Amino acid sequence: MRVAQPAFPDELPPLMRQGAELPHGVLAGGLRRSYGDSCINDGGALVEMTGLDRFVRFDRTTGLLEAEAGVSLSAILKLAIPAGFFLPVTPGTKFVTLGGAIANDVHGKNHHRAGSFGRWIRSVSLLRSDGSACFVADDDATGLFAATVGGLGLTGVMTRATLQLAPIASSNMAVETVPFGNLGEFFALSGESDASHDYTVAWIDCLAQGDKLGRGIFTRARHASDGELRVKPPGGPSVPIDAPGFLLNRLSIAAFNEVYFRLAGRARQATVSYDPFFYPLDAIGGWNRLYGSRGFYQYQSVVPPSVAADATAEMLRTIADAGQGSFLAVLKTFGDVASPGLLSFPRQGTTLALDFANKGGPTLWLLDRLDAIVRQAGGRLYPAKDGRLPPAMFRAGYPALDQFTTHLDPGMSSTFWRRMTP
Amino acid sequence: MMTPNPLRVLILGAGSGIAQATARLYAAEGAMIGLAGRNAERLTAIAADLTARGAAATEIFDIDFTDPDAAATLAGMVAKLGGLDHVLLAYGVLGDQALADRDAAAALAIIDVNFRSAAAWMLAVANLLEVQGRGSLVVLGSVAGDRGRRSNYVYGAAKAGLAVLVQGISHRFRSVGPRVVIVKPGPTDTAMTAGMAKGGPMWATPEAVAAVVRKAADSGGPVVYAPGRWWLIMAIIRNIPAAIFNKMNF
Ligand SMILES: Cc1cc2nc3c(=O)[nH]c(=O)nc-3n(C[C@H](O)[C@H](O)[C@H](O)COP(=O)(O)OP(=O)(O)OC[C@H]3O[C@@H](n4cnc5c(N)ncnc54)[C@H](O)[C@@H]3O)c2cc1C
Repeated sequence: MRVAQPAFPDELPPLMRQGAELPHGVLAGGLRRSYGDSCINDGGALVEMTGLDRFVRFDRTTGLLEAEAGVSLSAILKLAIPAGFFLPVTPGTKFVTLGGAIANDVHGKNHHRAGSFGRWIRSVSLLRSDGSACFVADDDATGLFAATVGGLGLTGVMTRATLQLAPIASSNMAVETVPFGNLGEFFALSGESDASHDYTVAWIDCLAQGDKLGRGIFTRARHASDGELRVKPPGGPSVPIDAPGFLLNRLSIAAFNEVYFRLAGRARQATVSYDPFFYPLDAIGGWNRLYGSRGFYQYQSVVPPSVAADATAEMLRTIADAGQGSFLAVLKTFGDVASPGLLSFPRQGTTLALDFANKGGPTLWLLDRLDAIVRQAGGRLYPAKDGRLPPAMFRAGYPALDQFTTHLDPGMSSTFWRRMTP
Repeated sequence: MMTPNPLRVLILGAGSGIAQATARLYAAEGAMIGLAGRNAERLTAIAADLTARGAAATEIFDIDFTDPDAAATLAGMVAKLGGLDHVLLAYGVLGDQALADRDAAAALAIIDVNFRSAAAWMLAVANLLEVQGRGSLVVLGSVAGDRGRRSNYVYGAAKAGLAVLVQGISHRFRSVGPRVVIVKPGPTDTAMTAGMAKGGPMWATPEAVAAVVRKAADSGGPVVYAPGRWWLIMAIIRNIPAAIFNKMNF
């Protein structure tokens, strides 16, 4: 893979034209926080966009921000927070680019209110691999906007985008954590909290079985209504070496889960800075090394509301039976705000995000079992977190795929895309 | 974020990675920033970025630094900015050492940009600061100027020349009035080094170097390494006997 690092937009057209001539074409890349192969292009060219990180204009009264696509969400927060604005939607790490967030149409803990990231994108400047440039607004009738949002970088390179930020009165969050004993209680809590809180999410103990199946801790939060507007100073501990595999056996995860559950054993309220609330993993550089040198698989699904309770229970049972726990099992209800992209992952229903230490065959076998449940439920998987999604499962989950394909830039491709469309 | 008396900053070579990162620090302080360089379109994009980040105002100067009349051009810029507090001289080219080994014109081109024209601008700025009795000039040097090595010694020689100029100007200013500092970054992840294998403990980000540059304009000097550990590394490297050094492969 040849990697180019342009620093100015005028360098892009020649890079795109050269890349498009390679057998595997060219792909734009951001901060490579996608877990799978959608941000790599083996045998082709990758244009790393992080040097294109300039703001174009920022209206401090309306919160409308235009920026180059390589700017990070972290840099946007540094600009926006002192001015009384916040990202309308944010993923669980701030080290992603604006372009990357659009290309995966990312979601946050406020999906039930705000929908996906793409809903807040007013326009995108796109450069196609033949050198032609176009500007697509969210009311675009050609379908190119809908193809680009969530379009996995395959419709062209986004050079700039305009984002509507959300006003805040404080950089602090009023957070409440409530333990729940089983999956039924989760759905009840989620239903009631989605109506009252901007942000909701649950951590699940996915080794718990029987009548404790789906026990966990529910977090609901709002931006504090007054207080300071302060950007968090950088820094924090990092994980220096790969953790040995024995840390990740069933017993240690069970022990971790038990301790975590006990610690959070009663409901509590607190006011905390936005940063540890939204970005707990960002404080630990190299957290992925906790999984050791064999790495791990992420797995994130969404299933429709009508079958959500049953399908989620079945997934959790399957995981508990397999004895392959996940430190990070996160459950969240997506609301009914439609995502603008043809290939956007978020849709109404319940989403479960897991990560499994890579134990080879047994792990892949478990993921296949989970696939079957998700597919049966009419759900789908998140390409940004994927390293092994079967092509048939991709097709089944994304019915607008054929419509999307008509907007593909013929000079662009990715390892993921070639795997999905053999 | 209009401050009543914004700092007036002139950046020569505003398109470089370190210059942009430094300009962002000044913008966040609400400074008024003059951006000099060779590509108006790029400077316009940088200016918009700085404005969004809080710069009081920006001015673009589309110039060729190798033009001989630095003093007159500088006077025009200062008039436009309405005064001058800080100057950062950040332009330079790495050039192709292998080509310069064989081709004198290529070697002289590296020296012309990195030393000859930079010297003219430094002297013009020094004279101006001396007249006004205050202000600071920060020059971007390089650790490559501390010891010649075969992979980039023409570039290194030019940067070494700048270091001696800074020494002299600093001596001339003594400890009163204006300040002059040379900042010597180690390898930095910028467009100039695109194509080199990066990462590892030796490489710094432009942001880390920019923080050193910004601080150097206010205090310390006249020689500052960025990051600071390069002071120790270069002290060792400078003192390795040539008989040993020349056998080393880096
Ligand atoms: C700790 C952690 C937590 C996360 N939490 C969440 C979460 O809560 N919700 C969620 O939705 N996701 C989450 N993610 C996933 C992450 O938000 C997405 O993968 C995001 O898209 C990564 O952006 P990036 O800048 O790193 O892009 P990359 O990973 O480098 O690229 C992602 C895609 O964007 C394309 N792309 C990048 N820049 C451009 C451009 N300028 N023009 C065109 N295409 C471009 C690439 O081609 C690729 O297809 C999380 C990831 C991590 C590591």
